[in-house]
Amino acid sequence: MVQENKIIIQGFNFYYDSLQALQTINLHIRSNEIFAIFGPARSGKTTLLKSLNRLTDLVHGTNHTGTILLDGADIYDSTMSLTQLRRRVGMVFDLPTPLPMSIFDNVAYGSRLSGTTQRRRLNEIVERALRSAVLWEEVKDRLTTSALRLSGGQQQRLCIARILALEPEVLLLDEPCSGLDPISTANIEQTLFELKKDYTIIIVPHNIQQASRVADRAGFFLSGELVEEGPAYQIFTGPKDKRTEDYVTGRFG
Amino acid sequence: MMHFRTRFITQNIAKTLIWVAALSTIGVMILILFQILKEGLPVLHLRFFLDSPRSMGRQGGIFSTIIGTLALTVVAIIFATPLGVGTAIFLREYTRESRVSRLIRFGTDCLAGIPSIIFGLFGFVFFVITLNMGWSILSGGLTLAAMILPTIISTTEEAIKAIPYSFREVSYSLGGTRWQTVTRAVLPNAIPGIFTGIILSVGRSIGETAAVILTAGSSLIMPTSLFSPSRTMAVHFYILAREGISTEMAYGTGATLILLVLAINIVANWFLNRYIRRRA
Repeated sequence: MVQENKIIIQGFNFYYDSLQALQTINLHIRSNEIFAIFGPARSGKTTLLKSLNRLTDLVHGTNHTGTILLDGADIYDSTMSLTQLRRRVGMVFDLPTPLPMSIFDNVAYGSRLSGTTQRRRLNEIVERALRSAVLWEEVKDRLTTSALRLSGGQQQRLCIARILALEPEVLLLDEPCSGLDPISTANIEQTLFELKKDYTIIIVPHNIQQASRVADRAGFFLSGELVEEGPAYQIFTGPKDKRTEDYVTGRFG
Repeated sequence: MMHFRTRFITQNIAKTLIWVAALSTIGVMILILFQILKEGLPVLHLRFFLDSPRSMGRQGGIFSTIIGTLALTVVAIIFATPLGVGTAIFLREYTRESRVSRLIRFGTDCLAGIPSIIFGLFGFVFFVITLNMGWSILSGGLTLAAMILPTIISTTEEAIKAIPYSFREVSYSLGGTRWQTVTRAVLPNAIPGIFTGIILSVGRSIGETAAVILTAGSSLIMPTSLFSPSRTMAVHFYILAREGISTEMAYGTGATLILLVLAINIVANWFLNRYIRRRA
């Protein structure tokens, strides 16, 4: 199967005021792959993820050069609809962020924003999204209870369901398992394999083991620089760059 | 290190002072309530609430002043809430900290410190004379609205400030516009705080005299429209006591005022708790 490039990042630099967070990033993300972005703290992983759906726009005083293409279209072009972009490139944050409303309302939030109000249609969307996130069986009898009463792992899968409800093309996952126990983590990783069929997934794993478990390809980031990228088995077993090797083998980080 | 004994004594002195502070606050409150209710309660009968005042308020009831009070307060809240909440949303969600936002905040802070009679004077000159609204519920209500505006702005701002940034981020990341994010992810969670500000403002409006006398007048005739002059309960109380018309009736009015504020607070709290419980 020939995989085409879903996202093309070309010469991308990103600045918070005078601080440069990303340095001339060149990276291709292919359709239907799980790409892991890993590296130590403050290496620009989250900044890159948030650049991909322009959540960085919310921060004051940021700047960038270079281009990011989604299906060949420049996402920073003035004709790109910001709300459309964010529905196509969905994000799950590092900590579960349920909104203080019912489970149903959380999952239906995005659909309602775009004007879907028909109850039957919303019911379908919510059920499908919760099934995709492997949460349906656990919550189907209490959709009207507050999402805040769910456990941490359930909340994070709820957040995944919430974004799946919009049928995005790309999923950005920023350490989605950082606050979770091993069982919840395994659940979510299992979910990712299911989702790969339909989505392109870019994940910041919360450790190297997770990266090597889930990723097809991976890129190692250090101080805002993409040090090395390639097939996951190669990155984790025989990296070309000394710095990658040192990090992967646990010599620093 | 301080000697154990010294620390022990300090601890006890602090504890005593804190107890004294708390008890005297409660004591003063009870004393005021007791005094007014003791003098006022014997006057309170259904007829006192439902009869119109006769012979300057020496006889009859206080019905027209109850209506006047409620009307003025409602007008004030109706005008001040959208303006105040809107300003707070603007300051928190639509601008970044800038010279303009600091100027607005400085302005409202100053407004909050101005004595109410100055608002009365402003209302008299602007609403009553210049806009030719005369002494009326509308003039009085608008004046009160200007007076309570700073309270509503600052309590709403505080409430909005307390909403976690992540709520906004989530809403934007799901394709929300700024307006959708404000109305669906921010405001619903700020409602309890905003509500508290409104309740505080209701209390201030109901109890206001100086600003109201100058703008709504002190007519005892039953108001029939927004353009009727009207006397509020607080003004009635003031005039009855000040001009020595009837101490008995004055206390009756005072007691009614207290019970009214109490009732409003209880009802408001009930609604608020119900709202919070439904979301949690």
